[in-house]
Amino acid sequence: MTTEAADPLGAVGAVAPAADAGFLQRHGASIEYILIPGAALVGALAVFGIFVALFGKNPLDLYFYMYQGAFGTWFSWQNTLTRAAPLILTALCTALPAQLGMVIIGGEGALLIGALSATSAALALQGAPPLVMQIAMVCAGVIGGGLWIMLSGALRQYRGVNETISSLLLVYIALAILNHLVEGVMRDPASLNKPSTREIGAANMIGSIPGTDVHWGLVFGLVAAIAAYILIYHTVFGFAARVAGGNIRAAKIVGLGVNKLILTICFLAGGAAGLAGMVEVAAVQGRTNANLAAGYGFTGILVAFLARQNPLAIIPVAILLGGISASGGLLQRRLGLPDASVLVLQGIIFVFVLASDALYGRISFLKGKS
Amino acid sequence: MADGSIGLWTVPLAVFGGAIRVSTPFLFVSLGECITERSGRINLGLEGTLVMGAMSAYGISYLSGSPWLGVLAAGVTGALLGALHAGICSLPRVNDIAVGIALMLFGTGLAFYLGKPLIEPTAPRLPAIDFGWWSDIPQVRAALRINVMFLIGVALAPILYWAFRTTRWGLLIRTVGESSDAARAMGHSVLLIRLRATMVGGFLAGIGGSFLSLFYPGSWNEGLSSGQGITAVALVIFARWDPMLCLWASLAFGGAAALGPALQSVGVTSGYHLFNAAPYILTLAIMIITCSPKRTLTGAPAELSITR
Repeated sequence: MTTEAADPLGAVGAVAPAADAGFLQRHGASIEYILIPGAALVGALAVFGIFVALFGKNPLDLYFYMYQGAFGTWFSWQNTLTRAAPLILTALCTALPAQLGMVIIGGEGALLIGALSATSAALALQGAPPLVMQIAMVCAGVIGGGLWIMLSGALRQYRGVNETISSLLLVYIALAILNHLVEGVMRDPASLNKPSTREIGAANMIGSIPGTDVHWGLVFGLVAAIAAYILIYHTVFGFAARVAGGNIRAAKIVGLGVNKLILTICFLAGGAAGLAGMVEVAAVQGRTNANLAAGYGFTGILVAFLARQNPLAIIPVAILLGGISASGGLLQRRLGLPDASVLVLQGIIFVFVLASDALYGRISFLKGKS
Repeated sequence: MADGSIGLWTVPLAVFGGAIRVSTPFLFVSLGECITERSGRINLGLEGTLVMGAMSAYGISYLSGSPWLGVLAAGVTGALLGALHAGICSLPRVNDIAVGIALMLFGTGLAFYLGKPLIEPTAPRLPAIDFGWWSDIPQVRAALRINVMFLIGVALAPILYWAFRTTRWGLLIRTVGESSDAARAMGHSVLLIRLRATMVGGFLAGIGGSFLSLFYPGSWNEGLSSGQGITAVALVIFARWDPMLCLWASLAFGGAAALGPALQSVGVTSGYHLFNAAPYILTLAIMIITCSPKRTLTGAPAELSITR
């Protein structure tokens, strides 16, 4: 996309034909949304290259292995897509409330609670047909995670508690509840070294998309992202949410039920992250244990910001960041980089993306005026 | 009694000792954040600063053999991260909360990356002063082994309280936090003052981190801080941006956090994880009680984005 954008730009700079100027006036903003995060990403990769060079590694090797590990082979593509699935869902947990001007960063907590609820549903329904079981797990995961984030929304609306801090505190509380249950009443006595719940049963797992090793969770993620996009940009409810996000006082004056909007959006956001937890249980782990706190919730925040909180843009960004985390293993084996190098790169990308916010509307050649 | 069988008295004693030990990082981070927030900016990245501080203190202490150099290194690291936060926030239209989240992830990631080789070796720790020499009971002696850093932190709270009220710097920070326009009209650079306030805040938070790795728990590993930094940021809000209240709140938090291990030491192991989450639950509960949607919090700096 960036190269396509570059050509008309050159033409405008030189002769500024009316048609091209019109094109830029109409699409300049959209081009910015691709060009600026893209440039931030390239800048972050460059800085990360310098960072590993300081430790005596060749940055070109780094980029090569990152590409290999993320998108180089069919095997790495599958690994990437498997990791992208929960990232799409946890990113929605930040992106949906962002439409209302809220900064929710507790996706990890909703994921854990969703996983716990889904596992509980499965264990309670032992013996039911797999399809019934899976539907029950989806419902339990969505409701569990949804209520968890709705709590943050309600605390903000009714008690004025800052939602960023409350949602993050709820992550640690969710982790404590999970550990408490997994090491207590829900513990499978057979799990000695790693306390876990009993398994939900192989027959009840949601399995892979035919012909691949990628589980159905990816489809859940894609459907959720598209549904969120339609909800936000093509329904009255979404329009109301964006009005309230732009100016809460105006929304109240025109009679929008702001409380209801906030609670619903928070429920949907938490529901998405809870679904990610359900997917991790029903497609990957098969049970609930502390392995679920793998940081998908936190990477999801980055995905949402990089996608500028747009539900559709979340899909490619989640695949990109899924790729980065998929390449971590290869970087570890081939270059001897610690596993935390993925976290460092994510942090650098995040910093660059936020700093690049300053650039919007300031790139003169994108304004379509000569 | 002297053989250590003091029964259930162990619990309040361990909570008391724990309050002093565990509260120190809370205290340093919250005092640092207090300075930053008074200047009208919130730095959520102090969680990352805390972990980076812990890692760099442990590393420098191991390499140089001096834990105090480690503390200094932690402070400098924290100040640099603070400068990064302030630097990005001074760009137009950049949200300070989002930058804080980014630096939280960046700081922890970088600390895990650089700290990989530090998990094995043992670094020299900070010394403690034995205030329990008069007692024969080992639990009392353990509870009264108090680190100098705690005393420094306790002294710092009233000093900051005084500095905010009476010194030129305190006034400047408060002016910038209440009305950046007024500060600008007086000819002061808002961005520069906020940069300094964020750097000092980062310095203190880094020192708080050094306490984690160099005294209690006293080692470096990736699970060292789980949310102490963010809890301390929340603590500043219900301490009403008052350094003295930060001190009392930190002590209460330390006590809450020490409850789990204290109960475990007398054999109450059920609910261990829930007791460990006590500081977070307490933070949330206090925020629910003290916040209100109708009015801004008393004492809140008017420029602070989080209380608008």
